[in-house]
Amino acid sequence: MKLELSGITKRFGAVTANEAIDLVIEPGEIHALLGENGAGKSTLMNVLYGLYSADEGHIELDGVRQNFSGPGDAMAAGIGMVHQHFMLIPVFTVAENVALGHEPTNAIGVIDLAQAKKQVLEISERFGFNIDPDALVEDLPVGAQQRVEIIKALSREAKVLVLDEPTAVLTPQETDELMDIMRQLAKSGTSIVFITHKLREVKAVADRITVIRLGKVVGSAKPDASESELASMMVGREVMLTVDKKPATLGDVVLGVEHVTVLDDRSQKAVNDVSFEVRGGEILALAGVQGNGQTELAEFLLGLRKPFGSKTKSTLNGKEITNKSVREVLESGVGFIPEDRQSDGLVSEFTVAENLMLNSSYKSRFTKGLTINFAARKKIANELVQEFDVRTPSSETVAHKLSGGNQQKVVVARELSREVSLLIASQPTRGVDVGSIEFIHERILAERDAGKAVVLISSELDEVLALADRIAVMYRGKIVGIVEPSTSREDLGKLMAGVTA
Amino acid sequence: MSEISKTDNTMPQVFREIFSGGLVRTVISILLGFLVGAIFMVVSNKEFIESLGYIFARPGDALGAAFAVVSDGYGALFRGAIYNADAETFEKAIRPLTETLRLGAPLIAAGLGIGLTFRVGLFNIGGTGQLVFGMIFATFVATRLELPFVLHTILALIAGIAGAALLGALVGFLKARTGAHEVILTIMMNYVAVFLFTFLMRDPALLQEERASGNPKAEAAAETAMFPKLLGDSYSLHWGLIAALLSVVVFWWLMERSTIGYRLRMVGFNPDAARAAGINVEKTYILAMALSAGFVGVAAANQSLGTAVGVVPSSHANIGFDAITVALLGGSSAPGILLAGLLFGAFSAGAPSMQVVGVSPEVLGIVQGAIVLFIAAPPLIRALFRLPKPQTTHALEAFRKRIFVRGGSK
Repeated sequence: MKLELSGITKRFGAVTANEAIDLVIEPGEIHALLGENGAGKSTLMNVLYGLYSADEGHIELDGVRQNFSGPGDAMAAGIGMVHQHFMLIPVFTVAENVALGHEPTNAIGVIDLAQAKKQVLEISERFGFNIDPDALVEDLPVGAQQRVEIIKALSREAKVLVLDEPTAVLTPQETDELMDIMRQLAKSGTSIVFITHKLREVKAVADRITVIRLGKVVGSAKPDASESELASMMVGREVMLTVDKKPATLGDVVLGVEHVTVLDDRSQKAVNDVSFEVRGGEILALAGVQGNGQTELAEFLLGLRKPFGSKTKSTLNGKEITNKSVREVLESGVGFIPEDRQSDGLVSEFTVAENLMLNSSYKSRFTKGLTINFAARKKIANELVQEFDVRTPSSETVAHKLSGGNQQKVVVARELSREVSLLIASQPTRGVDVGSIEFIHERILAERDAGKAVVLISSELDEVLALADRIAVMYRGKIVGIVEPSTSREDLGKLMAGVTA
Repeated sequence: MSEISKTDNTMPQVFREIFSGGLVRTVISILLGFLVGAIFMVVSNKEFIESLGYIFARPGDALGAAFAVVSDGYGALFRGAIYNADAETFEKAIRPLTETLRLGAPLIAAGLGIGLTFRVGLFNIGGTGQLVFGMIFATFVATRLELPFVLHTILALIAGIAGAALLGALVGFLKARTGAHEVILTIMMNYVAVFLFTFLMRDPALLQEERASGNPKAEAAAETAMFPKLLGDSYSLHWGLIAALLSVVVFWWLMERSTIGYRLRMVGFNPDAARAAGINVEKTYILAMALSAGFVGVAAANQSLGTAVGVVPSSHANIGFDAITVALLGGSSAPGILLAGLLFGAFSAGAPSMQVVGVSPEVLGIVQGAIVLFIAAPPLIRALFRLPKPQTTHALEAFRKRIFVRGGSK
């Protein structure tokens, strides 16, 4: 099926999210939609999927004008979407999930699960998905859950499949498998729209690439275009994908972690007997696919999560911090950039200035007795906004009005402006535009060069390779290896998948 | 710097609070509330119903009757709550206004208490119980201790605040410790407190008045402990109003200026971020409940020390619940609660004179409920009047989202 978007414009108040976007997707084509976060890719796809109605422009399928008033219409017309966050019900089986919404029923209206199972098996076999229709979705690994989403779309006879950032949650190996699936689907005639901001994947799988920046199509490219060419198209200028880095000058051990075991919310061992040291002046990256214990480890270090067992021990500058409260840990000199700034890093209803004093409200440069020192706060906030290049109308602007990158800069500014000897940076550039990524990377390196110890937790290999002095790879709660940053991607990928040499 | 941001910075926080809270929406809600009240007055009016029988012959009669009853009713409300133009002397004419202030004072203080919990993302339905606990403590000090004037009053006031805060802190502690929901806890504590109070008032060795002979009634506060009259003996307005106004100032300082309030608001907006910022969220809940109940305690002292008659089990006068509506209407901000408390105080003051002209004062309860309904349903008001979506996220809004949108708070 040939999909044609022409002149799509979508405005939200004064903001134009999409401006006169033209896009043609040929049958059986893998079309990559490349752009930074916030470039307008998701808005465009939501227009296509009937979630938003376009202010201008129209959508054609095989030359027929479409008028979707909701996802139901889009699905009926043959458009399937796999969202970044899966829309599955964890306690349902694969077959039940696939049937949900258009359940096959028998004569008296009872759900015909056998029919649903048959359908799953059929699609699964045709494309080699290897999915058991009776498995509970919550028991499946992330990659398999994604395949369930794809089956869901295909079972509704999707001719155009939209994949929104599908590789964000996958291991390198799972990513490769997904790419095989995409190729196979394309061969069978399904058109695929592949939304991503990862250049490598685009080059590997796409037939055609359309680059979107600030809501506009800025160009299209063939997959043989170079990565730096694509990157500069995305951001509108040449970017350095690697940061200039001086060799590390190692100081004393700042953070010592011995035999750390931590339970997750379901009382399973999320971190299992992990030990490592971080010295001043170095960046230790904790790499790994998300959900392998990095989050819980960071929460433990900060004091948010209690240790399990008596062997667990962590020290900061030689002093034990194993059972200290979050406040004590923060005040003993730890900076923390949480992985989810929306839920843990910011109070989005607070102003920028208020957010900058989030963890210094007790006795600090922001306070005067029991009162907030408004004059000092304003002055400090203005300075930090300047220094960290936070793009905001004023330091009194409410945080949720800022873009993701600028929100993150507020968090970074807060943590780096405190006196710390250890910085724990969890996914510090997630959902952040390329320009801000560069800036945040430079600041983290500056901390290291100033002799601070840095623990970088990241699932982005590019980030890990650019910043780390040593890379500790986590898999299923254990550190499966600590390697040099010169290690090849393939070897790191293997470690991340739990294959030890 | 642009003109707008300049005024933004120099404009006192107070005004910003008022305007950010959807002032227009609040005013519309109040007007709609009065409209609903008017409808009830009209349809319950005998002349109007009779005139309906010949409405097609003489529709003017029905309209006239409707207009008459509404203007009678709200006219009486105005005369009873603000200014009585029929009175012989000016002193008597402004008496209603002083009554409004007197009756508004405890609503303001208690409203501040409830509003404080809204700002922290909690819902304190235990105003009544906390008020009663405050009354127990204040009454005890006021009737069972002998102290010189002023000192006695102040000590009784402090006892009222402490008594209420104690119960509030207990609720906060149980919530923090066991994870029980504060709504359930406070509702149950209401029963405990009210019946404990009644129990205490049945025994002369405890709080009962000697002459009450078996009826639950507490001894009247000693003269040394009572709030002195504010405007001389011809008005019953007393220093309880000053206590309430001081509470407004303290509340404003606490919530808008102090680091304590900053942390309270932080926990209210985003407990996860607060936890990651090193704040002990559980302790904050305890503190918030204690502070909230402390403000309710000012209202308790007002009830115990404001009259020369001993308190009875019903002396809590439903203030604990009305305070919820006051806090909602006032948008949980200090100036908003001040105004909302005065409005509801005016309702209490004006009710008797409505009865005099033959309009049932229960209409005011309907008005009160309708106002809060409109306040609590901003989308309804916005749809009715095509108002733009509010630009700022309000503490209350965040709280409502937590409770109602995501299927219950944690």
